[in-house]
Amino acid sequence: MLAKFYEKMFQIRHIELEISNKYKEQQMRCPVHLSVGQEAIATGVCLALNKKDEIISTHRSHAHYIAKGGNINSFLAELYGKKTGCARGIGGSMHIQDIEAGMIASVPILASSLPIGVGMALKNKLENNNKVVVIFFGDGAMEEGAFYESINFASLHKLKILFICENNFYSVYASLEKRRSNKRNLKKLVSGCGVESKSIDGNDVTKVFEATKKSLSLIKSKHIPYLIEFKTYRWLEHCGPNFDNHLGYRSKKEVNNWIKKDPLKILKNKIKKKNISINFRKIEVRVKKKTAQSFLYAEKSPRPGLEEIKIFEKTLL
Amino acid sequence: MRHLKFSDAIREGIFQSMSNDKNVLVMGLGVTDPKGIFGTTIGLEKKFGAKRVYEIPASENAITGVAIGAALKGARPILVHQRVEFSLLSMEQIINQAAKLNFMSGGKLKVPLVIRLIIGKGWGQGPQHSQSLENIFASIPGLKVISPSNSYDAKGMIIKSIKQNSPVIIFEHRWLHELKNNVPKKFYEVNISKAKVVNKGKDITIVSFSEALIQVKSIKEILIKNKIYPEIIDLRSLRPIDKSTIIKSLKKTKKLLVVDNGWKTFGISSEILSIVFESGIKLKKRPIRIGIKEIPIPSSRFIAEKIYLNPFKIVEAVMKITKKKIKSSDISLFKKKLKMIKTDVPDVFFKGPF
Repeated sequence: MLAKFYEKMFQIRHIELEISNKYKEQQMRCPVHLSVGQEAIATGVCLALNKKDEIISTHRSHAHYIAKGGNINSFLAELYGKKTGCARGIGGSMHIQDIEAGMIASVPILASSLPIGVGMALKNKLENNNKVVVIFFGDGAMEEGAFYESINFASLHKLKILFICENNFYSVYASLEKRRSNKRNLKKLVSGCGVESKSIDGNDVTKVFEATKKSLSLIKSKHIPYLIEFKTYRWLEHCGPNFDNHLGYRSKKEVNNWIKKDPLKILKNKIKKKNISINFRKIEVRVKKKTAQSFLYAEKSPRPGLEEIKIFEKTLL
Repeated sequence: MRHLKFSDAIREGIFQSMSNDKNVLVMGLGVTDPKGIFGTTIGLEKKFGAKRVYEIPASENAITGVAIGAALKGARPILVHQRVEFSLLSMEQIINQAAKLNFMSGGKLKVPLVIRLIIGKGWGQGPQHSQSLENIFASIPGLKVISPSNSYDAKGMIIKSIKQNSPVIIFEHRWLHELKNNVPKKFYEVNISKAKVVNKGKDITIVSFSEALIQVKSIKEILIKNKIYPEIIDLRSLRPIDKSTIIKSLKKTKKLLVVDNGWKTFGISSEILSIVFESGIKLKKRPIRIGIKEIPIPSSRFIAEKIYLNPFKIVEAVMKITKKKIKSSDISLFKKKLKMIKTDVPDVFFKGPF
């Protein structure tokens, strides 16, 4: 499992950094919200899921897509605006999805993914199936009304949902202190609506995985929703390929402290301590080779044209 | 005269209004951050303090209500959203409350609220970050809706808007932010319910607004070179629409092209055509309206460029209405120039993302 964790996290990191590197070539012409630094959450959560479980994501969706097993060729092709993209180039980075992999949608309007995920879970209940819906959202989304409304409805109807908050402490450039009372208590907030929760370190993939596994068994046995808040940090700018330390909205010290808590490093150290031998190099070479092939696929893919939207003409025009 | 970017003109208008009236407040996600809403709010918190400049939680609906409540008691809040779409989370407060409290109170309550909405375009922003939606707001009695297209108007109109005792929605197209015009340093107002004739002509009336108007202006040269003299009207105000300026022009030209900034159906252009039809004025040629193709904006630039308006589409429409020919050598030169312009960035310096 530890090797699997490493491979997935390295894959996310490597693809995101390659996007960051290649962004300046001006061929990926869409906004990108990169997940560098936040790999452990997507990996730990998604590897704890069954293939048939469903997830719904946000504007920062790349890691979720990759972790859930989305097709990398069509993911990158989507970023390049190509015909072979997972949404034929229509959606771009903010609207990636791979329904076969259980990645149902990415919704970049804050908290708008929550009620949609709740609705998916409602249908699962009506079908009496065993699927769990995981709803990813950020700390900003918890300030929207739809957050409370969704928690309440999920609790009322005992829906099998795992709410995952990735708290990276900033909504764009606004810190939590600017947006929340310092007396705010998430646990009390959601338990007041009848939903249990926990708040843990989101940079340690084994902890993420364990917490997810535990909550999934609760969800499945008791038929209830559950919420986990993972604390983490985005290394790069809110939107775009670069570091943004020069802007000064967060201190260098703060950024560096979090970079020291690199999820990949934490995992590597754990593996070393346990004296488990994993050939990291072999994993990395494999991932890099595959990624390079996927970029090539995306770059070489044909451009879409008006024929791509022809299928919508009857419904939209 | 000094040249100022549209974004700086907005900032100057807000800055001077705040200096003149302590009741003016600014609220929005990003108003205190280092990028300050594309530069339009930079320095406001430093100058006027956190009691007048509010970074907000991502709670658009509640914050709109908060702004309305403060406005009822005499504050003059300016609420800003970095994309039009974020205001959709607050439509109940805008349409049911802000637009109607004055009416519902028999005229006793007043809502001096300004909401700035920024229209995204280009760089693959896709279906949920590049809509215009002016028509939705412009269809609501109780709201004033404006869309300045140059720095001079932007400053004067935001100052005028802040002084209103009723809600004003300002549409700011992201591609206008970098454009420069003459802007006086002084505190001045520009009427927020009047259109403006930006080019006098006799052959055809072209009505447009916001970024679409910039495209209309870009075809002026090729038209005049080919002896087609267009009268170009910048609507500036979308509610109310300045009927008399349009009709007056049509009495002269008898030909009409409306270039919408968004979709045509139920759009601003539909309203213009209705007004003209109702006026009974006899046009010499069937009017045409053009706008964005009637589908959501795709992310991929390869499709988006075919969905969006472009200056050549406007030239084609002008030729169709006026039945006047443009030299083929001029057309090919014009097309060549167009091809050199990237269709998904506002200027050559832009390296993405927004």
